[in-house]
Amino acid sequence: MTVFGDMWRYLSDGANWSGSDGIAALLGQQLLLTLTALLMAMVIGLPVALWLGHLGRGGFLAINISNVGRAIPTFALLALLVVAPWPGTDELGPYGRAGLATLLALTLFALPPIITNSYVAMREVAPDVREAARGMGMTGWQRFWRVELPLGLPLVVSGLRLALVQVWATATIAALVAGPGLGQIITDGFFRSNYGKGIAGALVVAAVALVLELLAALAQRAVDPSRRGTPTGGRADALSVAPATVDPTAETVG
Amino acid sequence: MTLLGAADDPSCYSRLVNDWVCLDYVGDRQQEIVDATIQHVGITVVSVALGLAIAFPLALLARRLPRLESAILAVTTGIYTVPSLALFPLLVPFTGLTATTVVIGLALYALTILVRSLLEGLRSVPDDVRESATGLGYGRGQLLLRVELPLALPVVMAGLRVATVSTVALTTVGSLVAYGGLGNLIKDGVLTNFRAELFTASLLCVVLAFALDALLVLVQRMLTPWTRGARA
Repeated sequence: MTVFGDMWRYLSDGANWSGSDGIAALLGQQLLLTLTALLMAMVIGLPVALWLGHLGRGGFLAINISNVGRAIPTFALLALLVVAPWPGTDELGPYGRAGLATLLALTLFALPPIITNSYVAMREVAPDVREAARGMGMTGWQRFWRVELPLGLPLVVSGLRLALVQVWATATIAALVAGPGLGQIITDGFFRSNYGKGIAGALVVAAVALVLELLAALAQRAVDPSRRGTPTGGRADALSVAPATVDPTAETVG
Repeated sequence: MTLLGAADDPSCYSRLVNDWVCLDYVGDRQQEIVDATIQHVGITVVSVALGLAIAFPLALLARRLPRLESAILAVTTGIYTVPSLALFPLLVPFTGLTATTVVIGLALYALTILVRSLLEGLRSVPDDVRESATGLGYGRGQLLLRVELPLALPVVMAGLRVATVSTVALTTVGSLVAYGGLGNLIKDGVLTNFRAELFTASLLCVVLAFALDALLVLVQRMLTPWTRGARA
């Protein structure tokens, strides 16, 4: 397994970490891409999904958007955006070559988990709690802001966590279309048959993904005091298939 | 009128025209497209089947030993977190630049979804049903095969659908090691700025995902005839 030797040599050589196309710079670029796209998706998706959930409208769309998003390959969408006349491979400030195309693709892929989870979070607030709030004379806005949002917050955050991890993964794939980010090290290593380098890049990407997931899990725990100390299971989280992401109406169709 | 002069006119996928939608391309490169689609379906089916084959014993084990459950869930979630473009290279030292690398990677992703849906499906079986079956003299194996699994099927199938659809999409990334089915065409389309190839392959990916999803819905309806009767 000389590849592992090559990988280690690549990672332990300080020169590979510095410079404009070094690991550190690319890592920073990919983090910047990830956070920008997540923020954009939050600004677009959260208000719409939360308000629709509050009103109880548009459920079919809010839930099925996740299924559609899953079926569209990230790589294909990125490829289409890059080859199209707009946004193409234009440089965009610190986001690098094809920065705009990558940001667009990342935002689109962050939207479905955010929208679906936020909508479900609002809908899953117990009906009697909602009824009680109405009985106390709360207005629609008060109910949304003081009752539904605090109770639904854990599920909303779990959607954000899923989106974060997904965006990081997608940002890596940008390198397949010669875009920005750490994936460059992987694809470059592979295209030049320098597998040690490719695997070194993969290791860094995987490690950061795990760190992001852990940080997001901690943040999720912080907003949900009831979850602390209880064993896993029982409660729906980001990856569970039922009941949060299974749409009962979807199965009666057709 | 341009059709008559087709021999002289550049076809819609020539360098000069480079249309996104081009039926000439589909006709002329039919073999290439069919081969890529077959590879795509093959990799997807084998990966999901392998994932299911591993997920099933893992889920049973996790159910028997609750202590192990959180460990199994944590490890599989950890794998799921790793981006596909990073997971494939990490497998290359062991499996080389082969289809096996892609299949193992995709199976690991499918595994995460399937273990969870199997556990949730089995958990959704009501306790009194389980008790009545035991009272009727069902052994452990019979209880699982004849009572628990059929009742868990709707949740398990939901997981299987999610796993299949995402595997179809993720297979494209396998083009990194040259086994990406339609992803190979997408990659080639980007490198050579070939719009018809890129668009056709992307569209086929999405169509494939929905077709396999619809197929699984049909299978589920055939396997669970009782849910239809209850609804009608």
